[in-house]
Amino acid sequence: MKKEKEIKKTESIKWELSPAPESTGHISLKAKYDLFIDGKWVKPSSGKYFDTINPANEEKLAEIAYANASDVDKAVKAARKAYSNIWSKISPSERSKYMYRIARMIQERAREFAVIETLDGGKPIRESRDVDIPLAANHFFYYAGWADKLEYAFPNRKVESLGVAGQIIPWNFPLLMASWKIAPALACGNTVVLKPAETTSLTCLKLAEIIEESGLPAGVVNIITGFGDTGAAIVNHPDVNKVAFTGSTGVGKIIQRTVSNTEKKLTLELGGKSANIIFEDAPIDQAVEGIINGIFFNQGHVCCAGSRLFVQEGVADEVIQKLKNRMEHLYIGDPMDKNTDIGAINSKEQLETIKKYLKIAKNEGNKIIESSCNTPSKGYFCKPTLILDVAQSSTLVQEEIFGPVLTIQTFRTVDEVIQKANNTPFGLAAGVWTDKGSKIFNLTTKLRAGVVWANTYNKFDPTSPFGGYKESGFGREGGVHGLEAYLKI
Amino acid sequence: MSNKINLVIPDFKLTPTIDKVGVEERVARIQTRSIKDQAKVQGMKMVLNMIDLTTLEGKDSPGKVKQMCYKALHLHDVYPDCPTVAAVCVYPSMVKIAKASLNGSNVKVASVSTAFPSGQAPRNIKIDDTKFAVDNGADEIDMVISRGEFLRGNYSFVFDEIATIKETCGKARLKVILETGELVTLDNVRKASEIAMYAGADFIKTSTGKIQPAATMQVTYVMLMAIKDFFNKTGVKIGMKPAGGISTSKLALHNLLMVKETLGEEWLTNEWFRFGASSLANDVLMQLMKAKTGAYQSADYFSID
Repeated sequence: MKKEKEIKKTESIKWELSPAPESTGHISLKAKYDLFIDGKWVKPSSGKYFDTINPANEEKLAEIAYANASDVDKAVKAARKAYSNIWSKISPSERSKYMYRIARMIQERAREFAVIETLDGGKPIRESRDVDIPLAANHFFYYAGWADKLEYAFPNRKVESLGVAGQIIPWNFPLLMASWKIAPALACGNTVVLKPAETTSLTCLKLAEIIEESGLPAGVVNIITGFGDTGAAIVNHPDVNKVAFTGSTGVGKIIQRTVSNTEKKLTLELGGKSANIIFEDAPIDQAVEGIINGIFFNQGHVCCAGSRLFVQEGVADEVIQKLKNRMEHLYIGDPMDKNTDIGAINSKEQLETIKKYLKIAKNEGNKIIESSCNTPSKGYFCKPTLILDVAQSSTLVQEEIFGPVLTIQTFRTVDEVIQKANNTPFGLAAGVWTDKGSKIFNLTTKLRAGVVWANTYNKFDPTSPFGGYKESGFGREGGVHGLEAYLKI
Repeated sequence: MSNKINLVIPDFKLTPTIDKVGVEERVARIQTRSIKDQAKVQGMKMVLNMIDLTTLEGKDSPGKVKQMCYKALHLHDVYPDCPTVAAVCVYPSMVKIAKASLNGSNVKVASVSTAFPSGQAPRNIKIDDTKFAVDNGADEIDMVISRGEFLRGNYSFVFDEIATIKETCGKARLKVILETGELVTLDNVRKASEIAMYAGADFIKTSTGKIQPAATMQVTYVMLMAIKDFFNKTGVKIGMKPAGGISTSKLALHNLLMVKETLGEEWLTNEWFRFGASSLANDVLMQLMKAKTGAYQSADYFSID
């Protein structure tokens, strides 16, 4: 009898993971980064630089050149010259040769890119290592293959390149967005002026180093850094033939207005408030994982994040209970730790935006459930949060938050959920969870969203087109569709 | 023990569905976790203490069983404060010998029964088989379910069989082996787990070790989630035993972490979690010595049984 008692003493064991930080010893960062124009590193004509910081500890990483309109002009001229003299003249298979080379070089330096992406942007190293960087390389590989097969992509039509593409990308997936933009542009025979977001310039500048090493003809890709006014100068430049923008709906509208009375071709990939729909017959545990991945991937800084959850009433309590439990097992903290699930919010501004929304939720009487985890005292962190007791008319259901905040609504019938899911100015993505195939096909035809995932969420592949309906933008990136944006057909 | 619980037996045709792709992704996430330093050493000691050291061969002899029992108590005396394993697992005919060899220790004796491993015998023989093991002093019984009856949809047969064996067990704890390699789909694994738990299992166990695939992390994950749901519904804790195919400490640690991230730390004791394994212990010991001395030692420095 005594012995049995002894065995039971081992009950509440504590077993915590030890820190597992990725090393930063193998990366090299310059103290100061200039602009990459015409194959050379040039100082900004304003002479101004700004700091880029690590959002996880607020320490300065490097100084970045602040380009103004005259730098933009220089870059566009270089791109034009490269287009007219070289890039539009060389054979398409030559173009793919360079692109394959860039793809391989990204792969070779994947670890370095992953570490820098995490340092500069705050995303967990697991994500930059397993998602961002491999996908970025894959985009170059994929479009490299298309370069000499364009006439087969659009049979019986004559395809022609556009000229100079001005591209502006956001801070949530810096290198990945750069390759989404640059790869199809180059494959189609265009030259590029690209501007990364001001908080996350580093991996694009590292990409410029690769481009320099790859021997790509000077001026084919120009990378200039700066703020909103730098971007505006690109959009406004008269010699740009194509504008591609990924970012907020607000800025997207300004760009569309600016471009509307010109001949410039435009694609916009903007915000979202995507619905993730869980039916009673769904594989519940996997759906819970899908909800978690849908909203907490990259701290919720994903334009297609599944930020509006719809759960059928019969399983709502169960799903919410499981979500709360699952949230407790997410590791929040140092993005460089290999076990971290949720890293740092990209910038102070973004953290304040998220906090503003949480305050609104409180004022509107929503129920707020946070993970009980601790967040580091330094850096910008936000706990994963569920918002209950919301209505279709609540601010948090209507507006894009771009953070780890999920609103939860319930529904009773299929028609009801379709109506509610579509009742938003956005239309980027949606998720459907059910064991019944016919239900999936019914919803995919009725949901007005560019991407509908079935029994999964946040899956990306270079072969698959991505883009929005309504205020989520127009034009498609990825797949054969992605070529269209960079061609005269 | 569980007399106050009002169990409503569900319709097993309606057990929740499982999405295989989703399960694979979840498991892959756990497998990218990095378990190192202090967490690794602590985890490996926990693993040792959760092992059911097993020999289930036609050629088992009293001599072999005695040696294994000694190993169960003295895993690696060179390593200070080395834990013992949780139990030894043998055929019914060896229970008496094992019990005598382990006398006075905390290490339990588990016995397979019910015409292990195929389970192809009439029920009265399965009952006698179990009774024999219990009468010889087995603390735990590892029974197999009738997979044939399960696969042809005869769930009440499987349920009744488990309930009957549970009755026969008396005080011995009952582990129900699903033999997931023969059930094939994860939906079936979930269903069989529920049948076993509602029928009175104290533990659910993946495999006999005689069929491949055995304790894959995907299967274990599905069973852990079934245990979690059962606990939420009834308040009854059920133990989990993956068995077969877990032979490296890395895999064992990832299994432990999976338990922590699903059921929580309350399940991280040998009362609620076991590894059925024969070669795992030595790999863990080798890693523990590496952590202590900084160098890998040859397999010859670790006794084979």
